[in-house]
Order: sequence, then C-alpha cells, then structure tokens
Amino acid sequence: MKREIWKGSEAIAEAAIRAGCRGFFGYPITPQNEIPEYMSHKMAEAGGVFVQAESEVSAINMVYGAAGAGVRCMTSSSSPGVSLKQEGISYMAGAKLPAVIVNVMRGGPGLGSIQPSQADYYQATRGGGNGDYRTPVLAPANLQEAVDLVQEAFDIADQYRTPVMILADGLIGQMMEPIVWHDIPKRDLPPKTWAANGRGDRDHNNFINSLLIDAPACERHNQELLETYHYIEEHEVRWEELMTEDAEIVITAYGTPARIAITAAENLRKKGIKAGVFRPITLWPFPFKRLKEIASQDSVKVLLDVEMSTGQMLDDVNLAVAERKPVKFYGRYGGVIPTVSEIEAAAEAACGEVK
Amino acid sequence: MKTIYAKSKGLQDTELHYCPGCSHGIVHKLVAETLEEMDAVGTTIGVCPVGCSVFAGNYFACDMIEASHGRAPAVATAVKRTHPDVPVFTYQGDGDLASIGAAEIVHAAMRGEKFTTIFINNAIYGMTGGQMAPTTLIGQRATTAQSGRTQQQAGMPMRVSEMLSTLDGLVYAERVCVVDIPHLMKAKKAIKKAFQRQMNGDGFTFVEVLCACPTNWGMDIHESNKWLMDNMAAYYPLGVIKDAEVK
Repeated sequence: MKREIWKGSEAIAEAAIRAGCRGFFGYPITPQNEIPEYMSHKMAEAGGVFVQAESEVSAINMVYGAAGAGVRCMTSSSSPGVSLKQEGISYMAGAKLPAVIVNVMRGGPGLGSIQPSQADYYQATRGGGNGDYRTPVLAPANLQEAVDLVQEAFDIADQYRTPVMILADGLIGQMMEPIVWHDIPKRDLPPKTWAANGRGDRDHNNFINSLLIDAPACERHNQELLETYHYIEEHEVRWEELMTEDAEIVITAYGTPARIAITAAENLRKKGIKAGVFRPITLWPFPFKRLKEIASQDSVKVLLDVEMSTGQMLDDVNLAVAERKPVKFYGRYGGVIPTVSEIEAAAEAACGEVK
Repeated sequence: MKTIYAKSKGLQDTELHYCPGCSHGIVHKLVAETLEEMDAVGTTIGVCPVGCSVFAGNYFACDMIEASHGRAPAVATAVKRTHPDVPVFTYQGDGDLASIGAAEIVHAAMRGEKFTTIFINNAIYGMTGGQMAPTTLIGQRATTAQSGRTQQQAGMPMRVSEMLSTLDGLVYAERVCVVDIPHLMKAKKAIKKAFQRQMNGDGFTFVEVLCACPTNWGMDIHESNKWLMDNMAAYYPLGVIKDAEVK
C-alpha cells in the first residue's frame, strides 16, 4: 500500500474525518493548531461542521451538544486547554456521550512550556473532572499508530458511550513520518436510539442528562458506569512488548519515550545487558495483569520507568509490580525529551544497583 | 363536547416541580404551544440550563439536552449546525446566561447562530436559594447581598437584551413578561416570532422574559407581579429591543 508523508497533527485530523467524524470544535493552542487548521477546510469538504469556539470550555460543550444529538464529533487541545475541558468531559461521562478528545501534551503546570511532555497522565487516567468516572486513554508512539488509534477511538466511544482520549505528546503532533492509510476494522455498533435528534414517532422524548438528583438513582447510575468500566478493563487493554522474554531489565514507557527506549534497549543488548521494553498503548485501562506477569519472570531483576514527567505512570507500574522487583525511574520534564544515551545510562545504573 | 382548553402537546403530561407563583410553568407552556403550532414537537431539539429549569427535559415533549451551567448556547450551536433544518432553542435563567454563561451567549449571538434563546430573568438565583444575580436590582435583597445590592459592591445590573443587540448576528430581541393575560399574549407572540425568524434562517433570536420568583423574593404572587412591573420593568423596559432586517 502507498506510503505517504504526513505531519502528526494533520494526520490525526485526517484520520478522524476518515473515521466519519462530522463535527470538530476547537480553540487555538500550541502545539496542536494544525488539527483545527486542517479541520477548518477539510471538515466542510467532508460535509461536516467546524466551529472555532470562543474557549476550550465552549468547544467541549459543543462536542457535548453534537454528541448528544447523535453526531460523531471531536475536539483537540493541549494540556492547559484540556484542563478547561475537564468539566465537559465529566458531563459527557455522566450523560454517556461518545466523542474523541485529543490532547497533544506540553509542559506544565500552568502555562508551562510548549514543548513535548507527558505530565497529563494523572489527569487523563484518573478522570480530570469531578465524579467517579474513567475515560479510555489511547497513547500512540508513532504516526501510523496515531492514525489507526484515532479511527478506532470513535468506535470505542460509540460502543461504550463514553468519551475517549487520545493522549499524544507534542512530538507525535509535530513530527513528520510515513503512514499507510489502511482499512481499520469497523466494530458492530448499536444504533444511537438514545440521541436527542428529534423525537419523531418515538413514544417518549430523549433527554440527554447527567443530573440524577435522587441519591439512590445516582448510585445506580454510577453502578452502571462502573460495570461498563469493568468490561472495558477486561476487553480493551493493549500493550506492546519487545525483547521481554529473557529480559533482565524491563523499561516501561509510552508514547515517544517508548520509541527512544527501544533504541536504548537495542544498544544495551549489544553491550551484553538483556533489556526489554514494555509499552502500554491503553493507559486506562492499564495493562496491569501482563506487567505483573513480566515482573514475576525469573529473568527480570529490575524495571526502569521512563517518562517525560516527574513520574506519573510510575504509580501504575508500581501497582502492577507490587514490590516483586525494584522499580527505578528516569524522567525528563517541562518539555525536555530524554535521549537514548540518558536512558542507557539510567538502565545501566539500575542494573548495577541490583547486582 | 368542544374542547375549550387543553394542555399543549408540546408538554409531557407530568407535574411540574416549580414553586407556586413561579413564571416558569407559564413560559414552558408558551414555548410548548409555539412548537405545537409550528408542528415541530417531533423535530425540535431543546437545551435546558442549570438552575430551576434544569429538569425541563422532563417537561417539554421534544427531545432535550441538559447542558452544564451556562454552556447551553455552545451546546445549541453544535446541535443546530449539525441539524440545520430543525428548530433548536435554549431555555436559560439569569444566573446561567448572564453570569457563568456570559461568554457562550455573547459568542453565539456574535456568530449569528440560528437558534432561539428564551431568557428567564427573575433577578435572582432561584435553585440555589436566592443569591445575587448579575440582573439583581440595586437595593434588591439577596442572600449574598443581605442589605440589598449596591453599585459600589456589585456594579449596575446587566441589561442582557440591549448588550446582545449590539451584535449584528442577533436579528431579533424582545423583552416581555407574563404577569397578566395581555402581557402573556405579547410574550407568546414574541416567542413565536423568534422561532419563525430562526426557521427563516435570519440569525440569532432572543426573548427575555421578566419572571417572578415569589419564593426567593419573599412575596406572594400579587406582590411579586406588582414589584416586577414597578421595579424590574422600570429598569428592564418591555418591548422590542431589536428587529433587524436581514441584509
């Protein structure tokens, strides 16, 4: 199939249109402006709706409206903007509305920097808004995976009636890479009989709503959401592992740092250190079970978690490993990207400490 | 037997939770009748706010979406743009629209979004128990302005219809009330005109309804209606604020 060179943000936007997204609502913020810019003309060509909203708050509520009326839709932003969207994401989780939110992460807190970061892991995986909810979070490590995951994200959202987040670091958004547009398997999705898109001959009106003022009713609603989340945890966990079968050190990393870690692991093997890489693709649900198995392997002496943050996924790695083996950490943050040699040095130090 | 009066088919057959003397029930009825007369109950998509009318989706018979606080115009923007051929409306109170949702309503009006907003102005936060709103009058008491609102502390009340009417995207704004039958008839006419101009594709249409909140005003319904006409209508003049030709 034909390989094409695309820029990350534009490829993400094109993937969404190919997935049938017909509503894009956004607000400018670096480093993801190419997504709304691309959408501003391509969405109209596809027969969809593009609105540049007055704020991220408004943009996510436009997504809420389009999703509530049964339209495949999305928004994209970067870290400070995604913070502003958290209210809307919580309401969408409560009202069971499907949509895709792309976060091209930059350094924080506050305005932070505009360079690549992974400091929004907690916000994405723990539910950044109020209430008991979870959001499926997909973390691509290259552009091919980004365009594939974006397309599938819409199906995941529709299948479970939940917002889905694409958590990409700034490198994914800004770099150019070859990709192949291949057909993504389509899921068998139920019709949106719940949508507020005109009552027609229905015997009742549809009311998109997250308010359940009667506490027992609200508890039942939370119970239903919880059952969906448990199902997602059973059926949607994804990860990639390389060279883990005989690894003495396993590097855990997601997104761009995972690619850097793979090169580091290959170099370490040349030096005689058996390194492997475990890369979560879904951050929620996190691949706890598989990482626990790997940590239990006799070969594994130590794990090294590498992130572009001060150690957020580290919590989940520790939950999975549960002190079976030591877990070390190497992070660069605030927009700084770890190098291959830095990760190699951190891995060698980790191996040295446990010998 | 000839039917003299019946509940509008634009409303569900259910009991409203509103307080005695509250204007919400009347305004619901006027909107519902308008939808029924336009034969649009089956096509209309309404957006309700956070506030006393948060449950309006349980009352209107058309499909409804409950928005987060103040964001109804953003929600309605997306609904109308993705469903351009059907009537779309927001139903919002003054705390929701004029305070937390000020940005959303201003920008929906600026963009000339082709939906109708029914703005319930009762000069107070009803559902949360009588706090000061941007529309609370000078001297009017609220639980967060217990000696009455002062200009020094909170500024002058916001005339939303006039403010929005400065924007070209808004083609029609009228301020009405429902204290008696003549005013109620005018209100109905305004609501109907707003929906008709929406369906003509003219632009954003806005009907502000001065409403009574006897519970939080601490008055009975007769005192409330009198206070509304003597004080609110004096500061917020009734009538057409803007009725622009489409260029």
